Amino acid sequence: MPEKPKIAFYWCASCGGCEEAVVDLAEDILSVVAAVDIVLWPVAMDFKKKQIEAMPDKSIAATLLNGAIRTSEQEEMAHLLRRKSQYLIAYGACAQLGGIPSLANQFSREQLLRYVYEEAPTVENQAKTRPQSSSQNNGHTVTLPVFRNLVRALNQVVEVDFYIPGCPPTPKMTKAAVVALLEGKLPPKGSVLAPDMALCEQCARKASKPADLSFTAFKRPHQVMLDPNLCLLAQGVVCMGPATRGGCEAVCPAGNMPCTGCFGPTSRVRDQGAKMLSSLCANVAAKETKEIDEILAGIPDPVGTFYRYGLGTSLLRGKVSLPLAPAQKEP
Amino acid sequence: MPDPNWQPRIVAFFCNWCTYTAADLAGVSRLKYAPNALVIRLMCSGRVDPQFILDALAKGADGVLIGGCHLGDCHYVEGNYKTVRRFEMLQRLLRDLGIEERRVRLEWISASEGERVKTVINEMVEQVRALGPLRLPQRQEEWDREMTPLAEPAGQSPLAPQRAAAEVAHA
Repeated sequence: MPEKPKIAFYWCASCGGCEEAVVDLAEDILSVVAAVDIVLWPVAMDFKKKQIEAMPDKSIAATLLNGAIRTSEQEEMAHLLRRKSQYLIAYGACAQLGGIPSLANQFSREQLLRYVYEEAPTVENQAKTRPQSSSQNNGHTVTLPVFRNLVRALNQVVEVDFYIPGCPPTPKMTKAAVVALLEGKLPPKGSVLAPDMALCEQCARKASKPADLSFTAFKRPHQVMLDPNLCLLAQGVVCMGPATRGGCEAVCPAGNMPCTGCFGPTSRVRDQGAKMLSSLCANVAAKETKEIDEILAGIPDPVGTFYRYGLGTSLLRGKVSLPLAPAQKEP
Repeated sequence: MPDPNWQPRIVAFFCNWCTYTAADLAGVSRLKYAPNALVIRLMCSGRVDPQFILDALAKGADGVLIGGCHLGDCHYVEGNYKTVRRFEMLQRLLRDLGIEERRVRLEWISASEGERVKTVINEMVEQVRALGPLRLPQRQEEWDREMTPLAEPAGQSPLAPQRAAAEVAHA
């Protein structure tokens, strides 16, 4: 009997939702488990890093890695899994685009650590202790991974073969990707394993999208009773559908919530946020600067709205004036 | 360490019908103005995708100037209104991402205003000179120095190309 292909799952800076998405394959996961050998899956099974290190290079058929890269440990694991895998697949928005964690690229390391360990209302830390990459405890040296200045997508750290988008990817897409992998029916390297078209194409509300949108105000979902059938843009809600890749089958609009852009842009767009800003703002109804600004004030946080999942891989990648903390020594 | 040889680099997007024609007029009239603006002609200022502006800055421009017809005079009726609406939001976005508002400027210059092209370009160069170099490609390179170098064979930079050939990104 031929050896089953080896698959690894790994997580970096992520919430765990992508792991949940794998489990959401439900009964189908049994056929996946029957077809492959899982060699690494920290969230569900017990494996050691040294077991992976002992494997020959390229002996893992594919690694599905979710989460963005923030620490030196995540970087090291990305390098290790890249070396051991034939295909390295960025699984989910964080690995593909930087994800929500990359919104932290608006703040310096010092700002983040100060807030989290000193200023957050729930923190009691009078000694102002902060994690150190190396410290002494009872005569032992305790080490922690280095916390980098920036959050990165996987392809900003190592070469990536394929991308499975989504926050999280849908079980259907995950299954299709695993099947394509097992059957060797893969698209060209670098492809995003989802249809290359705007989400609006898959949205049940598409028919009600006006040819000429005109915004007199932007409303947020909690401020308005949304019509379940009418195009959300026509209702004055920021829906990222026009600037976002399809593939999820418009599950958020189907649940009466606007798209927030987790599938990233199509191949024809470099910067999803700029493209959405362009499309949305051009259709503001007002002509006078003052009125335009009043309408645009309905979007209080442009970075968080337009780059919710992709600040790390956007053209600017973050706040460009961030002071860099000196590079820390590897423990 | 500031570079003593640094000169502001401005990318200027001018619309075919007004500002570019005005720049032509400035040339024909032999007006002298700062040579720091690289002019790109577009059919309309409404064609200036915000991606172009971010891309110019990310690739090393110190400032971006957009020139179009006066409001109400657009050859395509509405194009420059779209520009001003995008511009207002883009300025907020740039501010949040640490880029000074004075680096990106929008001006309405009609075909007969050659003198205005001269004034605006000179002003723009001086206001950007006062802000100093933006250095985004260098800054991004400095950001990435904290990473562990790739253990893979040379010539496989992790950053270029950001996406492989099949997913060519068009700005």
